[in-house]
Amino acid sequence: MITLADLLTLSAILFALAVAGIFLNRKNVILLLMCVELLLLAANFNFIAFSRMFGDLTGQVFVFFVLTVAAAESAIGLAILVVLFRERRSISVEDLNTLKG
Amino acid sequence: MRPTGEVEAVLVEILFFVFATLLVAGALGVITARNPVYSVLFLVFSFINSAAIWLLIEAEFLALVLVLVYVGAVMVLFLFVVMMLDINVAELKQGFTRFAWLGWITALAVIGEITAVIWGHGLGGIDVSRGFVSEPANYSNTMAIGQVLYTKYLYPFELASVVLVVAIVAAIALTLRRRPGLKVQDVSRQVAVRAEDRLRVVKVSAEKHS
Repeated sequence: MITLADLLTLSAILFALAVAGIFLNRKNVILLLMCVELLLLAANFNFIAFSRMFGDLTGQVFVFFVLTVAAAESAIGLAILVVLFRERRSISVEDLNTLKG
Repeated sequence: MRPTGEVEAVLVEILFFVFATLLVAGALGVITARNPVYSVLFLVFSFINSAAIWLLIEAEFLALVLVLVYVGAVMVLFLFVVMMLDINVAELKQGFTRFAWLGWITALAVIGEITAVIWGHGLGGIDVSRGFVSEPANYSNTMAIGQVLYTKYLYPFELASVVLVVAIVAAIALTLRRRPGLKVQDVSRQVAVRAEDRLRVVKVSAEKHS
């Protein structure tokens, strides 16, 4: 059997790895987007685990919406990335300093 | 198939730990791979393992959606962009280890805190692979989600479609590029042309050839 604690621990490990990834790859915008996807996946794990625990489908419907919004987010994020690369020939976060005073 | 006997329960547990190990390994690969292409492939691997775990806890519809929509569409989009852009990997990896210790400390702190909360509150004994109430044998997760989605959550569902349309329009509008000086057809001007724009009828006086 799979207990609730197993799933929540797995989700916590996934979340922590994604946060560590944001620290590690702080220069590369593509990897930051991928780490955000991992964070959302960890959150989805929690939703599904609690949905199964309470026998309520609302959690799974919420995961469906999270997937929708995440798809939209990554589509727009990648579009911005392509435009950025066209302008700067680089996707390093450190080149995004136009708003710096 | 609902696991009923002891053997099936143990089998489900073993499968869960196998997939969970692979999932964590895949996530580690995503954040440490040198090449962004490998990162995307590791992310695909992680998503497929998560889908397997979701199948084990009987969230079949979401498991299939994760594979079809996420691996099939979003990750392919990532792969397209990563391969299309000519990224200087060496430059981006400069200072890779500068804040690594901070990242690992944060990760360990998050894991420690959450596991302390989970295991300190006695959530260990609750079995989620079996469900809250035992559903009948012909229970369909997809049908149950559909029944909730199209009645109770109809407005959020329609709003989600609006979000997707906005995302499509935004992505196209952002990446649309008009290059000046390019020789392209303008179909509307071609269709709207009239005879007098192109054709000039001149009266030529007849001349006798001598």
